[in-house]
Amino acid sequence: MKKQDVVIRKPLKKRVIKAIPLYIMLIIPVAYFVIFKYGPMYGIVAAFKDYNIFKGLAGSEWVGLAHFKEVFSTPGFFNALKNTLILNLGELLITFPIPILFAILLNELKLQGLAKATETIMYLPHFLSMVIIAGIVSLVFSPTGVINNFLNGAFGFSIPFLTDPQTWRFTYWIASIWMGAGYGMIVYLAAISGINKELYEAVYLDGGGRWCRIWHVTLAQLKPTIVTMVIMNIGSILAIGFERPYLLSNVLVDDAASVISTYVYKMGLQAGLYDYATAVGLFQSVVGLVMVVLANFIAKKAGEEGLF
Amino acid sequence: MSTVYERKFGAFQLVMTIFFILVCVITLLPIINIVATSFSDKNAILTGKVGIWPVGFNTEAYSMILNDLSMIRAFFFSIALMIAQAVISMMATILAAYPLSKKDLPGKRVILLMIVFTMYFSAGMIPEYLLYKELHLLNTIWVLLLPGMISAFNLIILRTFFMSINQSLYEAAYIDGCSEFKALREIAIPLSKAALLTLTMFYAVNRWNGVSDIILYIQNPNLYTLQYKLKLMLDLINIPYEDGMVQIVAPENFKSACVVFTMLPMLIIYPFVQKYFKKGVMVGSVKE
Repeated sequence: MKKQDVVIRKPLKKRVIKAIPLYIMLIIPVAYFVIFKYGPMYGIVAAFKDYNIFKGLAGSEWVGLAHFKEVFSTPGFFNALKNTLILNLGELLITFPIPILFAILLNELKLQGLAKATETIMYLPHFLSMVIIAGIVSLVFSPTGVINNFLNGAFGFSIPFLTDPQTWRFTYWIASIWMGAGYGMIVYLAAISGINKELYEAVYLDGGGRWCRIWHVTLAQLKPTIVTMVIMNIGSILAIGFERPYLLSNVLVDDAASVISTYVYKMGLQAGLYDYATAVGLFQSVVGLVMVVLANFIAKKAGEEGLF
Repeated sequence: MSTVYERKFGAFQLVMTIFFILVCVITLLPIINIVATSFSDKNAILTGKVGIWPVGFNTEAYSMILNDLSMIRAFFFSIALMIAQAVISMMATILAAYPLSKKDLPGKRVILLMIVFTMYFSAGMIPEYLLYKELHLLNTIWVLLLPGMISAFNLIILRTFFMSINQSLYEAAYIDGCSEFKALREIAIPLSKAALLTLTMFYAVNRWNGVSDIILYIQNPNLYTLQYKLKLMLDLINIPYEDGMVQIVAPENFKSACVVFTMLPMLIIYPFVQKYFKKGVMVGSVKE
């Protein structure tokens, strides 16, 4: 060990001195990550303490795993867990295939102008804020909104998009498609544009038709991307953002819309149970991390490209 | 898309053309309906007559918004906040990406690992809230700017971009006695203008659209952004009518106008910036 040190110390020292300006540049970014990304990790101890606002984190008493026992005996937590899984699974089954399908079909479209226009139009909702999306959804899908007016006029029935918990899930997925399909499509179109053109030519020269081309070239070449995305989606099945479920929901559909992130918000910031909510959040973070690592491992075992 | 070899415009092409026209129309319909509702007459809205065209032209909902000083204030505050975020974030991201793009930086792997780890694990909402409280950031503008200062994802993209710059350019500059700061300013930045522009827009759009940090950390109305004001308006059950407005403005009318007012800046700049975002998607999907 010592010997090695002697061997590398001098060049290392030189390299460090030479890199001083680079370290100076890194001061602010590293400070940022230490304070704002690693700083909160100290707060995780709240999950193992009886947090008291007046005593602070350090002064509060340790309670071991008491909060976790409490979490796993609360129906509210299991409801949030169930809803998170249902919404994410539905997203994987309903929302996920659409951009792939659209990208493949758009690639077959002869009218270039229409293809470009479709890309641009479908990509637009991606840039609208979640509040705007939620506003549009609440107005368009309301009992007196344009869709129910149309259904009423044409078929004589209406759908409780925003008022029935079961139906609300579909509203959530429809909103997901509307805001996300264009973005996903562009990702797949980028992948398709990277496919070697000679493959298409070979199929053409061999007399292969459209379906042969789609099946044996486009889809076959997209397969690694798709498999990786599916595995990663399954890996992050427990991860759910705060804005979308929170803003799209309303009191009537709370049964279906309460997910882990909104449950943490309600329990922690609204009800003031900081320690309990930290435990719920920690459960999500740890299980989420394990699942992503596992999914990545499986992806690599399956011979696909992983994330890291 | 030179992969299409059909000579004729056959049945398949016809079906596809109709399909994608329908997709475009359906994607735009909700927005068109909201715009139409925002300009429509109260009775037409309440009887469900508004489709894609305003029925009975009515701009009172917009005059309600434009007379609401807090809405105008939030609009300008949002713009200022967005610019501040873009400037701070880009400076910090460049300062991080440049040193980390260098081959011979001792400790580089550790720093990179530390950064990438934060992409997959976070302490969670409550510990973050407690930290900001501890640092006295709650209810200040800093809680809206600092926690999102660097996106690890953007940092990695920029680092990859910096690494693709021809290293011999640097070597020549160092021989001429060029410092790292000067090399960053005069070589790295000018050669990555397109990537920098795309990332600036990523940060700006995220700040402009983001609302969860205001829900979580802000109670001071002076720090409400336009998006948050829209949320408050959408949550209203009773619309804040001025004298006589009750007769002409329906709640749907007012809320639609709020949505359109909030959406307008993005709709205006979208045609000009979308190509940079498409590029951004492609940069992001290219792994190093």
